[in-house]
Amino acid sequence: MQIPQPVWLLLGLSPLARLIQSGISGGLGANPIEYIIRFSGDWALWLLLISLSISPIARLPGCRGVIRLRRLAGLFCFFYATLHLCSYLVLDKYFDWFDIGRDLRKRPYITVGFSTFLLLLPLAVTSSKGWIKRLGRHWGTLHTLVYPAAILAICHYFLMTKADWRLPALHALLLALLLGWRWRRNIFSPLPG
Amino acid sequence: MPFRWNPELTAMDVTPEIFFQQRRQFIQQSALLGAGVALGGIAPAVSLAEPGEPLTNVQKGVVTLDEPVTPFKDASSYTNFYELGSGKEEPARYGDRLQTDPWHVVIEGEVNRPGRWSLADLLKPHPLEERVYRLRCVEAWSMVIPWIGFPLKGLLERFEPTAKARYVAFETIHDPSRLPGQAQNMLDWPYREGLRLDEALHPLTILAVGMYGRVLPNQNGAPLRLVVPWKYGFKSIKSIVRITLTENQPPTSWNQQAPTEYGFYANVNPAVDHPRWDQSKERRIGEFLRRPTLPFNGYQTQVASLYQGMDLSKNF
Ligand code: HEM
Repeated sequence: MQIPQPVWLLLGLSPLARLIQSGISGGLGANPIEYIIRFSGDWALWLLLISLSISPIARLPGCRGVIRLRRLAGLFCFFYATLHLCSYLVLDKYFDWFDIGRDLRKRPYITVGFSTFLLLLPLAVTSSKGWIKRLGRHWGTLHTLVYPAAILAICHYFLMTKADWRLPALHALLLALLLGWRWRRNIFSPLPG
Repeated sequence: MPFRWNPELTAMDVTPEIFFQQRRQFIQQSALLGAGVALGGIAPAVSLAEPGEPLTNVQKGVVTLDEPVTPFKDASSYTNFYELGSGKEEPARYGDRLQTDPWHVVIEGEVNRPGRWSLADLLKPHPLEERVYRLRCVEAWSMVIPWIGFPLKGLLERFEPTAKARYVAFETIHDPSRLPGQAQNMLDWPYREGLRLDEALHPLTILAVGMYGRVLPNQNGAPLRLVVPWKYGFKSIKSIVRITLTENQPPTSWNQQAPTEYGFYANVNPAVDHPRWDQSKERRIGEFLRRPTLPFNGYQTQVASLYQGMDLSKNF
């Protein structure tokens, strides 16, 4: 089941393609900016959870190969998080730095979302082979930042929610399972999955 | 004198076209009502027309606005109506779960003439007017909507509030077996809202039965909803089945859910911040750049006097 890399690349870009296609056909609803922000936020979170699922899946019999998709999933998470951030900065706030600064200070979900992004940033930057070599054993330590990042992303989701907690709770449950799996494994092996 | 309620008007003078629209129902129900119709010779009390049907006999231009009206498509597809789902587009999708016919409204509490009314009987004496209002949601988006309705004042006075009445409480229909949102514990159902009596009697406060020249779509609060244009949208309670005049401030749903975020008054106020939304600006649906939010949603000259001497940052 060796699927070539470009296929995964196209698959990762397909949500963006769908978004653009909906935009062209007027399918973004009455508040397109909100739609784009939520769409990109959803995909950033889903790809983060997918990245975290890859190590557990790779332990299943015959699934070792999926491990090579972990970096791509992580990078696509960062790609949609960047799209999410840019939609906020450009479409929602249109570079109104004063308002953006005030949001960062006064809107907890923005503060937390931004912190999440800051945690993801060094992970994306150091994902290349060169950086893996350069950082050596510190690379793994650095990349444990993905756990607090995922927890903060879920907090961000909860904080932006008004009253219907079902979807953020479902995502929190998935993350709890993924972290729980690692916690059990770490009893035997200290290396981050 | 568009704001004055005229007790001299009789049902015959003012019965809006809305009652004549469903001929079949008309015939069915007049057979039932039989004697009543023969006796009165007035417009028989039949139910409201179907959602989306045109309304005629509407006095146009009672309140106008020099701002472009939001397209009907947006106003009817992008709604908050948690009874029908917490997403913006779910209420339109599940709108037909809300049964608006038959519909009754209970009027009770501090009134001399309490009772349970069929919608048609409730609406009969009130001539319909079109009023174009801004609608500002607490989520920092806004629309301009041509409502069709009548001042709440006229209706309340009909039932003679007692000297003790100081507040008006409203309740939305509670039907968890049909309304998908009410099967979830998102809010403490049924949805409740309330106004101080002077706010309820203010000439800008209306009960709406239509918008854009037509009967209200279900997701917009059919068959009867409140519209209070200087308050955040959640105050304008939808699909009303109960109106209670009370001595004490009634509990209200979003205020109960998060008292630090949503006040009882919920007047549109760019100076009072919210932990999720920057209230100093708003996105008018259809526009790109956010525009500044106006105090009392632009109705300051009409309503600011209601709150004289009150600290609006405390009574938000
Ligand atoms: C970079 C800083 C960030 C900012 C300024 C930001 C801002 C926002 C905004 C404005 C919303 C929409 C709120 C609404 O519509 O009411 C949102 C929703 C969301 N964001 Fe972020 N966010 C950031 C980072 C992130 C990151 C890193 C993730 C995930 C990895 C994320 C995931 C989400 C999710 C899942 C939603 C909810 C989407 C939905 O309701 O369907 N955000 N964010």
